[in-house]
Amino acid sequence: MSKAEPMLAADGTPLKKSLARALRRQKMRALMLIAPLLLFILLTFILPVADMLYRSVENGIVSETLPRTVVALADWDADGGELPDEAVYAAMAADLHDAANAKTHTKVGVRLNYEQPGISSLFRKAGRKAKKWDPVADGPWKDQMIDLHKGWGDPAIWRTIQTYSPPVTQGYYLNAVDMRVGPDGAEMRPENEQIYGILFGRTMKMSLMITLSCIMLGYPVAWLLANLPARKANMLMILVLLPFWTSLLVRTSAWKIMLQQQGVINDVLVWIGLVADENRLVMINNQFGTVVAMTHILLPFMILPMYSVMQTIPPSYLRAAKSLGATNWTAFWRVYFPQSVPGIGAGSILVFILAIGYYITPALVGGTTGTFISNRIAFHISTSLNWGLAAALGAILLAVVLILYWAYDKIVGIDNVKLG
Amino acid sequence: MADSGNSDAFVAFERVQKSYDGEVLVVKDLNLSMPKGEFLTMLGPSGSGKTTCLMMLAGFETATHGDILLDGVSINNIPPHKRGIGMVFQNYALFPHMTIAENLSFPLEVRKIGKSEREQKVKRALDMVEMGAFGGRRPAQLSGGQQQRVALARALVFEPELVLMDEPLGALDKQLREKMQFEITHLAHQLGITTVYVTHDQTEALTMSDRVAVFNDGRIQQLAPPDLLYEKPENSFVAQFIGENNTLEGVVTEIKGDTCVVRLDDGEELDATPVNVTKVGEKTRVSIRPERVEINKDRLQEGVHTLKAEVLEFIYMGDIFRTRLRVAGNDDFIIKTRNAPDQVKLEPGTMIDIGWLPEDCRALDAT
Repeated sequence: MSKAEPMLAADGTPLKKSLARALRRQKMRALMLIAPLLLFILLTFILPVADMLYRSVENGIVSETLPRTVVALADWDADGGELPDEAVYAAMAADLHDAANAKTHTKVGVRLNYEQPGISSLFRKAGRKAKKWDPVADGPWKDQMIDLHKGWGDPAIWRTIQTYSPPVTQGYYLNAVDMRVGPDGAEMRPENEQIYGILFGRTMKMSLMITLSCIMLGYPVAWLLANLPARKANMLMILVLLPFWTSLLVRTSAWKIMLQQQGVINDVLVWIGLVADENRLVMINNQFGTVVAMTHILLPFMILPMYSVMQTIPPSYLRAAKSLGATNWTAFWRVYFPQSVPGIGAGSILVFILAIGYYITPALVGGTTGTFISNRIAFHISTSLNWGLAAALGAILLAVVLILYWAYDKIVGIDNVKLG
Repeated sequence: MADSGNSDAFVAFERVQKSYDGEVLVVKDLNLSMPKGEFLTMLGPSGSGKTTCLMMLAGFETATHGDILLDGVSINNIPPHKRGIGMVFQNYALFPHMTIAENLSFPLEVRKIGKSEREQKVKRALDMVEMGAFGGRRPAQLSGGQQQRVALARALVFEPELVLMDEPLGALDKQLREKMQFEITHLAHQLGITTVYVTHDQTEALTMSDRVAVFNDGRIQQLAPPDLLYEKPENSFVAQFIGENNTLEGVVTEIKGDTCVVRLDDGEELDATPVNVTKVGEKTRVSIRPERVEINKDRLQEGVHTLKAEVLEFIYMGDIFRTRLRVAGNDDFIIKTRNAPDQVKLEPGTMIDIGWLPEDCRALDAT
């Protein structure tokens, strides 16, 4: 057989083909086994995330509800300072007539109101009358509409409608980073309207504080878990896991009782005379309360990865270091600690990522200064119903987590992370 | 037995006891002293207390009672890092996050030795174990034998006078183990360091040591140079534990000087050296090495007793023949004969007479 010819299996088929066929069955079977989980993840995770990402840029409502206006406005020069001509008003009247009959005029009003507060009342007011309009016979519309609401005579309103007429928009993202579309393109919002930058910054800073305090509190516990005799270690493990078996709400409420001004800690401090009765410490409904409660809740997520790494470090390393002349501290710092770093890394990633998206605890004990970006997202989802903005905020949060993960991989190396 | 109170001993255990739970003594009344430069092996089955003794010497366990002296000074209350004792661990315990050179540099750094001197010493130590080219590697990149050498170099790099080794060759394959046995003893004698070596491998103990302490049940059963240990075991445990051994049980019928006569259970009699027997009528267990059994009558002394034996099995092992006999009801009586031109191959089923020199056969305690 010459070298150029492919290897053949016993029945004469090429060996590679034969091998692929043999492996295909195995692959199919493996796929079948994970199919339910795959389907579940697709339906409950991947599709919602994709939908969220889509919603953060989706803007079909303006061109769907006001199709004629969008076309008529396309040629209008927004920077000229003049109002659009009669054709645009006529198109708007026709669109409003149709929209009012389809009851979609308030939705587009609400959508445009995100971008320019006050715009929704124009649509609501016009919509009430527009049902009875005859778009062809009742014209001309320009003065009629300005009489109805002087907002229709404001070029800024028309600019907003023109800016947000394309089916895709960056408006939600700009909004999510405290920016808006002004006459000269994207610009920062006025200082007093900026909130998301502060919230993102606070979320990062507090998550970092929570992660650090989890490391400080968790490391000694993990050490004990890994080094105590089995029976005592099991007992300690139960104590570590106990919070897991208690409802999150119960734990958070317990912190409320502990930390509030008439709470257990303040009462004790007043009783032993450390704090005067009229100067009771404010420890809840602020950042301090959030950090304390979340550190407590997330601590097991730090301890368990650290413990599983420490468990694999044999005690003989410490003994070897001591026999070589190292003091207890040197032996720990130069020999034990470097080997436990992968556990700290794993725990930190876990705690930080969980903390950054935490919602219930900051909502309950965070007050106004201790809330996270996720609380704002929840507000837009369930109260203001501005899902586009919520989606944009969520997408940014997701991107931040991914970037941090990438940076961590570059600096520490994700291979160095061990969960067990 | 174990000596004590020796004033020029370098390492001494004086009446040392150790208990972990307050109920059972793991080490019972240990007395031992070692002169400087000696290579001493603690040999024994697992749970015999040998590793505990080593750990007490290193400072990782505290003695429940008694004193451990190093160079005449009690070290009971000195923490391990101040004892200046080099130690080689069972699994080497090379720090995985440091390179080989960093591993060796570690004991010098904690002793605040200058950089240039440190590098010089590390290089010398690595060259000593022929690992000079591997300074930049990580422990995981080395083979077991190489890691073993590095562990040895690390234990020696800060020039301790006493080095402890806890079954250091246990993880190596047979060939490498034999090579390392030779290298370790060579190095220890060359550097003149005092070595305490713990193993459960009797071959290792015999080939490497100046003296061997055989541990069992928390006590030293015998402390002697390898040849004495092998040829003149002082009790049944040592005779059984070291090397291969044939035992026959019987009763002492006569003691005259340094020989005695033992009557076996089936009535036959043999000559032996009384070791642990003092009076006629005592039960005893006699012990004889397989290679000391003589099957050629011409070579035996005049008038000694011989025993009838039936050949059960003949095994050809190349350099030696190994023959299993039935002697006085014992089916596992082994004899070893050298594969020499004049040596006969014994056929299973034949009856032969066997005998030995009385000094090769030792009448020991019956337990």
